Amino acid sequence: MVEGNIRVLVAKPGLDGHDRGAKVVARALRDAGMEVIYTGLRQTPEMIAEAALQEDVDVVGISILSGAHMALVPRILELMKTNGQEDVKLFLGGIIPDEDIVQLKEMGVSGIYGPGASTEDIVAQIRKDVLKRA
Amino acid sequence: MNLSQALLNQDRLALSRTLTHVENNSEEGRKVLSEIFPYTGKAHLIGITGAPGTGKSTLVNQLALYYRREKDHRVAVLAVDPSSPFTGGAVLGDRVRMRDLSGDPNVFIRSMASRGSLGGLAQSTSAMVQVFDAAGFDIILVETVGAGQAEVDIAKLAYTTLVVEAPGLGDDIQAIKAGILEIADILVINKADRPGVENTERALKGMLELAHPTPRVFQHHGRQMVVEAPEKDDEQENFWFTEVKRTVAKDGTGINELGKAIEKHVRFLRESNEWDKQTRIQLQSTFDSLLRETLFARFLDELSQEAYEEIMSKILKREISPWGAVEELLG
Ligand SMILES: Nc1nc2c(ncn2[C@@H]2O[C@H](COP(=O)(O)OP(=O)(O)OP(=O)(O)O)[C@@H](O)[C@H]2O)c(=O)[nH]1
Ligand SMILES: [Mg+2]
Repeated sequence: MVEGNIRVLVAKPGLDGHDRGAKVVARALRDAGMEVIYTGLRQTPEMIAEAALQEDVDVVGISILSGAHMALVPRILELMKTNGQEDVKLFLGGIIPDEDIVQLKEMGVSGIYGPGASTEDIVAQIRKDVLKRA
Repeated sequence: MNLSQALLNQDRLALSRTLTHVENNSEEGRKVLSEIFPYTGKAHLIGITGAPGTGKSTLVNQLALYYRREKDHRVAVLAVDPSSPFTGGAVLGDRVRMRDLSGDPNVFIRSMASRGSLGGLAQSTSAMVQVFDAAGFDIILVETVGAGQAEVDIAKLAYTTLVVEAPGLGDDIQAIKAGILEIADILVINKADRPGVENTERALKGMLELAHPTPRVFQHHGRQMVVEAPEKDDEQENFWFTEVKRTVAKDGTGINELGKAIEKHVRFLRESNEWDKQTRIQLQSTFDSLLRETLFARFLDELSQEAYEEIMSKILKREISPWGAVEELLG
């Protein structure tokens, strides 16, 4: 999708914590000229995949602090594939152990960002992902 | 299978892709709009507008649940939020209040940024609505924020317009200032659980009395025609007096009554022929603006860049007026 603005879904799955990090990322992406669809807390993988489909986003970003990423991410990717959105990239924020990072990248997660990550890096990676998709 | 066919078969990915094409005004989007046009004209378009934070999204969530529960209608939601004028980006957060609707294949929610397209927002909204209509949605709920010209333009497209107010929003003067009450078919006082509802309702009803009856203005061959409003006691059945309804969207109180008021409005539209007039307004504004756009583009294509710049520089030097220039070019 070269035409139009880049559309990103930002979601916070799981029952844990707050969505401060997700909101910071959402605002940074907006300031970079992207259209961010923000869905709020406690999203199930089904809700995330459904929103990604309805909003025809280019990229999905999720924030997971609970440690449940190895259960949630494959499920979300699988649902997106079933919906015909296997070309939509997924990025992840949270505290992820190194050994999981390798596996998640193999599954196709395009970016993984810890607490210290800069939002500029996220913006740059999304732009790259979207170019590849077009 | 092509995109239009898949859309008419209610394929959700095709619907979503089509909405993107149409929003971007791409060639593919225009092609699909043209192909699906014969299958449009069935949906009831309902506009929901009002100041930020009055509870529009929460209300849309409840209305969608109402139409699913009571009518088994298929419901589409188009939630429009402003783009940042500086970066062109946007945070679209209306879905946060619509989580009850997830998992229902007969509901489809789409968020849209206004993209600062002057006057174009009403046109792109109307095109998005056509897509939902062709995809078999019976009810299309369009949420917009505020009371600017864009909201008024979108309200003109809707068959039924709800204006949402809430008590204690630093107060009711805002509503008159914006003149937004005039576009309301139904005035919803949401957050009726809050203190001060009585005062808000009294103030708004007072303003409505002043505002009514409003003459109806519509386009006739691109010119504005004013149809005089009837006196309150003759032709009453041909005139709609704004209804006022209280709701608590947070828990669903008053939603059934609001739903019934909307149905009453639809009956009025059907019986008084206003439905057909409204349809004509919608299609004519699409047709007129396409005609304008196309003629303008075609004319610029034919005029050389130098000729355009030359006349523009004469205008800047005030050797010729913009009016005179147009006459010279087209005369
Ligand atoms: N007390 C009370 N709060 C409500 C009611 N309806 C909505 N709210 C709350 O009002 C806040 C704003 O609700 P939204 O539905 O997001 O309002 P909105 O008009 O869509 O807001 P924007 O899209 O940002 O303009 C939320 O915190 C809701 O929970 C209600 O009936 N009573
Ligand atoms: Mg809203």
